[in-house]
Amino acid sequence: MERFADEADVVIVGGGPAGLSAAIRLKQLASQHEKELRVCVVEKASQIGAHTLSGACLEPTALSELIPDWKERGAPLNTPVTEDKFSILTEKYRIPVPILPGLPMNNHGNYLVRLGHFVRWLGEQAEELGVELYPGYAASEVLFHEDGSVKGIATNDVGIAKDGSPKDVFERGMELHAKVTLFGEGCHGHLAKQLYKQFNLRGNCEPQTYAIGLKELWVIDEKKWCPGRTEHSVGWPLNRNTYGGSFLYHLNEGEPLVALGFVVGLDYTNPYLSPFREFQRWKHHPSIMSTLEGGNRIAYGARALNEGGFQSIPKLTFPGGMLIGCSPGFMNVPKIKGTHTAMKSGMLAAESAFSKITDENLQSETAGLYIPEYEEAFKKSWIWKELYSVRNIRPSFHNYFGLYGGMVYTGIFYWILRGKEPWTLKHNGLDADQLKPAKDCTPIEYPKPDGKISFDLLSSVALSGTNHEHDQPPHLTLKDDSTQSFSCVYEYVPLETGDGMRLQINAQNCVHCKTCDIKDPSQNINWVVPEGSGGPAYNGM
Amino acid sequence: MSARVLVGVKRVIDYAVKIRVKPDRTGVVTDGVKHSMNPFCEIAVEEAVKLKEKKLVKEVVAVSCGPQQVQETIRTALAMGADRGIHVEVSGKDYETLGPLQVSKILAALAKKEQADLIILGKQAIDDDCNQTGQMTAALLDWPQGTFASEVNIEADKLKVVREIDGGLETIKINLPAVVTADLRLNTPRYATLPNIMKAKKKKIANVKPADLGVDVSSRLEVLKVDEPPQRQAGVKVETVHDLVGKLKEAGRI
Repeated sequence: MERFADEADVVIVGGGPAGLSAAIRLKQLASQHEKELRVCVVEKASQIGAHTLSGACLEPTALSELIPDWKERGAPLNTPVTEDKFSILTEKYRIPVPILPGLPMNNHGNYLVRLGHFVRWLGEQAEELGVELYPGYAASEVLFHEDGSVKGIATNDVGIAKDGSPKDVFERGMELHAKVTLFGEGCHGHLAKQLYKQFNLRGNCEPQTYAIGLKELWVIDEKKWCPGRTEHSVGWPLNRNTYGGSFLYHLNEGEPLVALGFVVGLDYTNPYLSPFREFQRWKHHPSIMSTLEGGNRIAYGARALNEGGFQSIPKLTFPGGMLIGCSPGFMNVPKIKGTHTAMKSGMLAAESAFSKITDENLQSETAGLYIPEYEEAFKKSWIWKELYSVRNIRPSFHNYFGLYGGMVYTGIFYWILRGKEPWTLKHNGLDADQLKPAKDCTPIEYPKPDGKISFDLLSSVALSGTNHEHDQPPHLTLKDDSTQSFSCVYEYVPLETGDGMRLQINAQNCVHCKTCDIKDPSQNINWVVPEGSGGPAYNGM
Repeated sequence: MSARVLVGVKRVIDYAVKIRVKPDRTGVVTDGVKHSMNPFCEIAVEEAVKLKEKKLVKEVVAVSCGPQQVQETIRTALAMGADRGIHVEVSGKDYETLGPLQVSKILAALAKKEQADLIILGKQAIDDDCNQTGQMTAALLDWPQGTFASEVNIEADKLKVVREIDGGLETIKINLPAVVTADLRLNTPRYATLPNIMKAKKKKIANVKPADLGVDVSSRLEVLKVDEPPQRQAGVKVETVHDLVGKLKEAGRI
């Protein structure tokens, strides 16, 4: 069956901060220079912002560059940071650590936001400028010209039954062709994974390393609510060799809302470790419980985030396409901020694409435009400088003293030298290779969830509103059906015949966090995109 | 056949979302929450489009009542195959109190204005579960109704409807014009594909106010409060029948 095909000037995969900033920038330039430009954004979530999840503490630098009058336009930056606290937790106590000005975790001038709502607002700005937004449609395939350059993308065929046969409602996906395609799929994008191989984009950089972030929104007792208070912690319940920490932000959005969460580096070595349960356990720390007691959990979600920073930045442009945002990965890890850099990368990509597309005298060697100017602009930008200066902080944790060694390194080299030390520390290799065999590790006894502060995984997943059309092929594909052991989605169930277990993949429970694809030691799991509109239904996460 | 079908579509909170009651207990939180077309309305649209494909009707008009956002729902109906849309603008307090009686008055007025021959609606909306709009619309128009339809056929000038009832299936023959409400097994709605969404942007959606149709949308009902259902208490396991009888007596049940 032939697929319907349409042409645009630029197609953007992913309606997140990077993709929408790129779209907005393109339309701003088009209007400035009185040119017509067709910009289409495809987004797998049913509505813009529904798959967005982040702390989040936003540095408004990129936003002010993109939309200087963001305040008048009603951008939902309602909570300026008023108090900034950092501490080391032990099982019972909390040791405050002073945040000296100049340390990356200083948040003066930043805003606590519900990133999903911010992304929704960006979407509205984009639509006003004439960007065509298509939420509910997932880009599942990269299309190539005969010369090997990227031609565009295709959305997935829908109406396929679990066994792969077409149902009555089967429809072919459509092809969207473009002069250049921007890929902004967020952390560990599945199309980006293909592109790395196709164009050997990772030949000169370290493999990306990741963490998983778990987050909840709580409505708390008004007496405990301090809008603008920003708290971060490290230490308990993680041991000193497992990278991770927590955040707790008091939002100012009408009701006494706090956003809290836990991040665990995916280079953890103990297969008994469950990031979800560490998160639930952390909430029982006396200093956290005091805030949550009497409150009500209203949302839950999870997403992988990139931690590789400077050392893991791949080649960003290839014939016909460019990578933007958390997909190649520009997160400033010690600041735990990636939104401002993602937005800036989208803007830089848009600017270089615009001049190439509108250049009437352009002679392109390939059918899809090759735009190395993006990479050059990127290297001259503040993203590059910022990521360079913090490049050694995350890898400095790979020492015997773990967390404490890392903090000492940060204190000495970052605070004093601002990352000017001449060496660049390496990461430890792929996260997937870090797990030690179970027999060499101590099982962790996690407390049972009490249903008031801590909860079980299935009720948490239900709270994310995640849903998929059930009769479709599972989108968590295995190259080979062997041993998998992740939580809500993968479980071993007894065979109906009685002896032995079989692997059951409950793909319906997937919140699209991508952690399984990252952490699987055998790299067997390949996450592909399910039918559009499926997945979580986050509201302002 | 020159028949025109009016299909009502309602924008409701998506069925997979966990509902939260607003802190002031006047309703549920809707801001930013994922919404989609009521599943029974999707089935209604699909049936209308199928009738058009069989050339039994000439035009399918999708209608929705509500604020700006319902235009997305109408677009989805257009992408599924409806020819044009009508957006009846109701917003603010009027939208919060909009119920079956006002909607059926609006649909009746539109049916007369558009000279519709058939109205297809979902049997009920999944947010209020009223199951009243189809029936009220038929009564206001003095038209026959075929509700809970699991099969619809046009034979000569009459409509043959198979209805899902408690006892099984009931087949009735009714005159046109008529109102039909769609039940689950009527059909499987098609996907609104991306090319069709793009084409739907070019289809017309007319804007109308209830006052233009002579309809007063003020409500005769006042919602006093909205609460979560009571938490289900844990059960108690008993060892013997003796214990069970004892517990029932304790609870004053026997």
